[in-house]
Amino acid sequence: MAEQTGTIAAYSALPNGSAPERIPTVIADDVHIVYRVHGKGGAGANTPVASLRRILTRRRSPAIREVHAVKGVSFVAYRGEAIGLIGTNGSGKSTLLRAVAGLLPVTRGAIYTDGQPSLLGVNAALLNDLSGERNVALGCLAMGMTPQQVRRITPEIIEFSGINERGDFASLPMRTYSSGMAARLRFSIAAAKQHDVLLIDEALATGDVRFRRRSEQRIRDLRAAAGTVFLVSHAIGTIRDTCERTIWLESGVIRADGPTADVIKEYEQFANRK
Amino acid sequence: MTNPAIADPHAGLSPAQLAERYGLRMAGVRPSLAEYTRKLWAYRHFIGAYANARLVASFSTARLGQLWQVLTPLTNAAVYYLIFGVVMGSSRGVPNFIAYLCAGLFIFNFTQTAVLNGTQSIISNLGLIRALHFPRACLPISVTLTQFQHLVASMVVLAAIVLITGEPLTLQWLLVVPALLLQSVFNIGLALAMARLGSKISDLRQLMPFVTRTWMYASGVLYSVELFSDHLPPFWAQVAHFNPLLVYIELVRDAMIDSAPLSSPPAQLWLLGTTWALLMGIGGYIYFWLGEKEYGRG
Repeated sequence: MAEQTGTIAAYSALPNGSAPERIPTVIADDVHIVYRVHGKGGAGANTPVASLRRILTRRRSPAIREVHAVKGVSFVAYRGEAIGLIGTNGSGKSTLLRAVAGLLPVTRGAIYTDGQPSLLGVNAALLNDLSGERNVALGCLAMGMTPQQVRRITPEIIEFSGINERGDFASLPMRTYSSGMAARLRFSIAAAKQHDVLLIDEALATGDVRFRRRSEQRIRDLRAAAGTVFLVSHAIGTIRDTCERTIWLESGVIRADGPTADVIKEYEQFANRK
Repeated sequence: MTNPAIADPHAGLSPAQLAERYGLRMAGVRPSLAEYTRKLWAYRHFIGAYANARLVASFSTARLGQLWQVLTPLTNAAVYYLIFGVVMGSSRGVPNFIAYLCAGLFIFNFTQTAVLNGTQSIISNLGLIRALHFPRACLPISVTLTQFQHLVASMVVLAAIVLITGEPLTLQWLLVVPALLLQSVFNIGLALAMARLGSKISDLRQLMPFVTRTWMYASGVLYSVELFSDHLPPFWAQVAHFNPLLVYIELVRDAMIDSAPLSSPPAQLWLLGTTWALLMGIGGYIYFWLGEKEYGRG
């Protein structure tokens, strides 16, 4: 863990890092997350005979496997920070975000948050049979807005998402949207609300260059409004443009935590070595 | 994690102390029952909108669209009448069998669909649950509301059938409203309870159709309720009369159909109906609340 302490020291020495008023918004204290996966058994594990034998011998189904996804992660995030989370596939980034959002209970350790963090992922499923407009209204209500607020903000969201650039798509069912359009609409919905802590999972990977630029601007706005933003992405460019601090997670352990430029340099060296 | 080289105001504080100093709260902790109820009330617009959205979405790909809301109960009634009324002749002892059968069928169907969809309400909305924060009880409740809207359409069909088969339109029909409200409370509680069970036991989905079918046969939908006291020992007949669905079906039959045979006197039916609604409604709600933080796990 020599790398880790080294980068933290470098980070704290930054002028903005030692600013007098640093209010923590998310504190992770030695977080471990173990979750069970159903239905991932090999061939033959789910035959009727095997199931029956399992019931008779009272053994745990081999189809249920435990995955230790996050192993002792600790960090403190402060108000006004945008933090990038990087790491190879399956390194526990998304799992950690879910836990910060309070959607996945931690097995050991604790996560403390200011207000209610919102997780914004490309997996956020809305009702595909409904029009984009109704989905916007539904999403806003689900985030706890009042009907008046929803009526006021719906045109803004549609406008921001840009789904109407090629004709009136807002009134068409969402199943007719391209995957990029749907992802843009979801991002626009979640970004419409002022979040204390906003967690974004790969959401910017989809969408065209123009939308990406607009959403990056939106993230900066959200940060300016005193929130904290976590961003999980494989697009190093996006992280470099939006986040000044980056946490590198590898196999559920923090490899580095510090200024984006330093961490990304280390990460790229690591990735190239492989 | 402290660094002696820099003057850090948070140095020496443990993460828990730091969290306390800035009023941070632990993620994923269940709110108190009162707080949960308050939050749920704040989300009432979402519950309504979601129930409506599901109703619209369920017909959006059918060419006849919302007409199916009326066609489905009519087709159901026709099939059951053909089999149980004409072929098997279970209408013995019931003067207006079509109306009697339809009332039972539609009321039973309300609870049946609420249970089946309630069981699925957490599992099939995992995407929404993992993406957004809202009291999870919104989902089973809105599922029940969607079914309530279906029920209203069914009740219009039922009223037409009852009138066509020669029953008089009386003031007593108004009693349908409190009866359905009691049943709705019962259904919401049941849907909540089933949602929590269904989120943990995924095999329930395969099992539930058999449970509800058995329940239907035990609820006097397809035959006269007098058969219970005729064919069962007194103790078991009494137990059968406590069946909440039998109670709600009878309340509606009593309100709309003059000639319908009843298993118990109306006063006892109302007492039973209210008790069941309170028991299931409050019990189901608390049971669901206890599991609030488990929903959406891997």
